[in-house]
Amino acid sequence: MIETIATAALAVNENMNIQKRRIGNGKSKRRLSLVTGTHGDELEGQYLAYMIGSYLDENIGSLDGIVDIYPALNPMGIDSITRGVPMFDLDMNRVFPGSKDGTMIETLCASIVDDIAGSDVCVDIHSSNIFLKEIPQIRMSVPTAPTLLPYAKMMNVDFVWIHESATVLESTLAHTLNTRGTKTLVVEMGVGMRITKEYCQQLFDGILNLMKELGMWHGETAHVREPIVSEGREVGFVNSDAAGIFVPCADFGDTVNKGDHIGDVVDPLTSQVVEKVEAVCNGMIFTLREYPVVYGGSLLARILQPCEGGEEE
Amino acid sequence: MKRKVLFSMKSPYREQLDVIGFRFGHGKKSAAIVGAMRGNEVQQMYVCSRMVQELKKLEAKGRIAEDCEIMVIPCVNYYSMNIGKRFWAMDNTDINRMFPGYDQGETTQRIADGLFSKIQGYEYGIQLASFYQVGNFLPHVKMMDTGFMQPDLMKDFGLQFGILRKPRPYDTTTLNYNWQVWETKAFSVYANATDDIDENAADEAVYAILRFLDKRGIISANTPPGYITKIIDESKTMQIRSEASGIFKSLIDIGKRVEHGDVLGVISDPFEGEGVSEIRTPVSGTVYFEYHDPLINSNTVCFKIIK
Repeated sequence: MIETIATAALAVNENMNIQKRRIGNGKSKRRLSLVTGTHGDELEGQYLAYMIGSYLDENIGSLDGIVDIYPALNPMGIDSITRGVPMFDLDMNRVFPGSKDGTMIETLCASIVDDIAGSDVCVDIHSSNIFLKEIPQIRMSVPTAPTLLPYAKMMNVDFVWIHESATVLESTLAHTLNTRGTKTLVVEMGVGMRITKEYCQQLFDGILNLMKELGMWHGETAHVREPIVSEGREVGFVNSDAAGIFVPCADFGDTVNKGDHIGDVVDPLTSQVVEKVEAVCNGMIFTLREYPVVYGGSLLARILQPCEGGEEE
Repeated sequence: MKRKVLFSMKSPYREQLDVIGFRFGHGKKSAAIVGAMRGNEVQQMYVCSRMVQELKKLEAKGRIAEDCEIMVIPCVNYYSMNIGKRFWAMDNTDINRMFPGYDQGETTQRIADGLFSKIQGYEYGIQLASFYQVGNFLPHVKMMDTGFMQPDLMKDFGLQFGILRKPRPYDTTTLNYNWQVWETKAFSVYANATDDIDENAADEAVYAILRFLDKRGIISANTPPGYITKIIDESKTMQIRSEASGIFKSLIDIGKRVEHGDVLGVISDPFEGEGVSEIRTPVSGTVYFEYHDPLINSNTVCFKIIK
């Protein structure tokens, strides 16, 4: 069943509709919500939404519960290759929880929250932006980790990043839902404006496993991997200090030592290497820059350090 | 006056970005005035350029107080202004959501840090601010309710209204909020327009800032008399939203007094031209914001009224 959960009249002969598809079977009222498309340049979740929906259609007898798929919270953004909400240049994930008495976007956000709230688990799927490539990972703030970590481990991701909470992140969908008691996992994977089929398959296996653990799925599941958890580890940030073109010589997922050469920033006009980029710490590269043009400060890589006093797991 | 490069950043393909400050007087850091941080804030840059003109004249006449220094930064993000973008052109991030900044962080965090490190420690901070929606404001001054503020100081601008705003989570990374946290008394001055130059509103903003600096003993300037400022809490203002979408026409000017039930604007069908909605005010008061675009979506804030 396809339902419009929020709508707003646009100026000329069109409505902006936020839709969901509900797939239900059996007696269980357990509900999993899969949400994506908050940022219009993040497309990994689009293919995943298709994969889950079509697989459930073919194997509906194995489902005992409700799966709600929200493929496009920001439909105008996806349709116009715009990260934010096009008419306002606003990051939708800084407007939650919204307000029923607020502006157009605030009322849409409030309707989205009301519709998802009450799910047993919500999975909020993001890609990276166009600049960075990420290994499949789940991010959560320190206060939510005790509740969310057991669920994150079911999801077949490579990495769980538990980060300090920042006030500005209180405006996200995940924070709003977690605050209201709906366990919400934020997935980051791949790169903006692209679909990485193997990552979608990896998370697809994780979602079926999560559904099985929730008692909603009686069909086949694949073995899921144990993620590396950032607890007790530091994350090293490698930022460019020069402006130019970044050409990496290390790869995604590589384990590196502090000082290892991981890439260069070059100047196409003078044909000079303007910065030799080195690893800032030992560890695994879990974020790597995909878009080559950089300024001083552009993020080039993130490196997960080993546990204090221990080897990389 | 001294023209000073406050912060520089290299670009791969453009001339180096130099954030320029104009320093007047010597001694105690008394007031910093910041203009455009977004590429469409033309009016904000223009008001600052007018301030540079006024302060030059005052300095030449010896009318900047002893042991007082004023810094004016007309434009931080002219990179975006020159190519018709609103936010930082490479990654679409907003410099005014990056304060206090971080010198080892991402590009706009570094710009925010480079700027903030140079405008910290002033007793007063004045930002020429803009609103994210297209529209015109009655010139007014705003302070964040951080718990550190002194709202009565807003009266020294002599604008009609001083508004106190309770910060939302996203406000905590703005210049105004961080100035206050670092003990600068910070104000946002709204000079009506953003993308266009409104001369009357620019005059009013320039006079208001000069009046404030004069009242605080930083300069000695003759300005036209101001208003007796009414201080109000933003939550007490009334936002009127569109109930329909289509072609929008405002029937009222900002600054006008309206009575409960008055028609402030109309929305018509974009194809057939028939009226689809009349926008009436549910309260009496003064119109201080008016939406300014021929096309309007539903649930768009089209007027704000100070009751």
